[in-house]
Amino acid sequence: MAVSLQELGAHVSQATAGAVVATSIRLDELMLETTPEKLIGLLTFLRDDPKCLFKQLVDVCGVDWPEREKRFDVVYNLLSLKNNQRIRVKVATDEATPVPSAAPVYSSAGWFERETYDLYGVWFSDHPDLRRILTDYGFEGHPMRKDFPLTGFVEVRWDDVQKRVVYEPVKLTQEFRRFDFLSPWEGDHRPLPGDEKAGEKGKAS
Amino acid sequence: MSDVEIKTLTMNFGPQHPAAHGVLRLVVEMDGEIVERCDPHIGLLHRGTEKLIEYKSYLQAVPYFDRLDYVSPMSQEHAYALAVEKLLGITAPERGQYIRVLFAEITRILNHLLNVTTFAMDVGALTPPLWGFEQRELLMEYYEGVSGSRMHAAYFRPGGVHQDMPDGMLDSMEAWIKQFYPFLKDIEKLLNENRIFRMRTVDIGVVDQQQALDWGFSGPLIRASGIPWDLRKSQPYDVYDRMDFDIPIGKTGDCFARYLVRIEEMYQSVRIMEQCVAALRKVEGPVRIDDRKISPPRRGEMKGSMEALIHHFKLYTEGYKVPAGETYTAVEAPKGEFGVYLVSDGTNKPYRCKIRAPGFPHLQALDMMTRGHQLADMSANIGSLDIVFGEIDR
Repeated sequence: MAVSLQELGAHVSQATAGAVVATSIRLDELMLETTPEKLIGLLTFLRDDPKCLFKQLVDVCGVDWPEREKRFDVVYNLLSLKNNQRIRVKVATDEATPVPSAAPVYSSAGWFERETYDLYGVWFSDHPDLRRILTDYGFEGHPMRKDFPLTGFVEVRWDDVQKRVVYEPVKLTQEFRRFDFLSPWEGDHRPLPGDEKAGEKGKAS
Repeated sequence: MSDVEIKTLTMNFGPQHPAAHGVLRLVVEMDGEIVERCDPHIGLLHRGTEKLIEYKSYLQAVPYFDRLDYVSPMSQEHAYALAVEKLLGITAPERGQYIRVLFAEITRILNHLLNVTTFAMDVGALTPPLWGFEQRELLMEYYEGVSGSRMHAAYFRPGGVHQDMPDGMLDSMEAWIKQFYPFLKDIEKLLNENRIFRMRTVDIGVVDQQQALDWGFSGPLIRASGIPWDLRKSQPYDVYDRMDFDIPIGKTGDCFARYLVRIEEMYQSVRIMEQCVAALRKVEGPVRIDDRKISPPRRGEMKGSMEALIHHFKLYTEGYKVPAGETYTAVEAPKGEFGVYLVSDGTNKPYRCKIRAPGFPHLQALDMMTRGHQLADMSANIGSLDIVFGEIDR
């Protein structure tokens, strides 16, 4: 018997005794926040509890918030086929703190966590095979981080003399233009050319 | 008896191989002809779609979804459009929803035609792809009719579809539907009782229910393992709740069951198409939301109205802002559950757009499915998984 999202959130946070830091329901989607230490216990509970039965781990992904102290969110999306419900579990972490791997609980976590490691540099402890997955062999850096430039650092080309593909630093024929179409009164705080004094005046007032 | 030293052979398969369905590279450890372990190396088609989307406005992100799984483009736009609509708190008008469902099912047939026929080619039959591609071409003409493009349509937009269908397309679709049933029967005649096809697929790559759940299977693969699960029924979006169709399930969970499920799904998709065509003859009205802050004005309007011109300029430069929030929205794409996890920070660009491609967990399970099988069965497994590298590598 499926219970409502409110009841489900309350049930999980009660039964797991402190594993759930916060629950929220927005846009009819239930989200639980937890800590890396409690993650595996929570996921196992969500999978096996007769009221939850989230048998499928649909997705694991990272989100980068560089201004936060713990800059990464690792987001687990679970699906219960029995109750026809979805739930989202979030863990905050940083570059140094490892998150325990969910692969022993859900086999499908293996590649999703490899992808998160590859793109964000989140470290998963006890992962059976934590290698890069999407990027090139020998790639350096974590491209989905907000401080990684869109153009990257290296580009490849075929070198006709050496008869092989060579890696070189990115050369842009024109400067990368970041179109910021947000209204200058709201989003952009760079002074317009020739308008520097107006900015100072605006700051002073 | 003397000791025989057994040496496992490590073999490289792909990335350029006709049975690899794109740029799959497998490192296979083999004991004689038996696969002991296979390690897929993916990412050879990685284009950084998710990163690019973070630098584009919400409307500019739509065409990237066509280029993910390039045999079922519109289904992916559908997931993205629904996700943005959820964050914006809008719904598409009724006629737009019917058109979306109609084209989502055309997309399903396109995808399954490609998969079933090339799967047959992987295991040795050449006629099915030759026949199937003709039908695909006919269907892609409908794509072209509504969007101007055979494949990369960019037709489903947040708020509806880009424009209404041209006159006469419904009649032509009815004619197509009539001739498609006998065609599908012919394909079945070629393959169902074909001895070679059966020998190559029956009892190959068996996945039981527990494994299907554990490995995150969805779509035809989870149904072939005997789990009646379809997002169109269980979590209906757009007008799927008004459609009358059945969910086929397989009993054995092997490659043959996956083939049978896909064939039956095509029959069901044609049924949905029939209902949509009938409904579209009655349902009138706009095909996209009539809110000038989200959907741009028509060209004709702009000739006479200053306001329309301003709206057009603002929407195609700045775009619209989406309220802060996050959503995971999934649709039943032909390959399985295609989800978009969209995080908005209140600006005109997505803060994070994670694309959950069904092929990704499916390919991950290839190792589990193939262990203990012969090398030739591996290509049958790959064919039945229905993988396309555009969506796996993203």
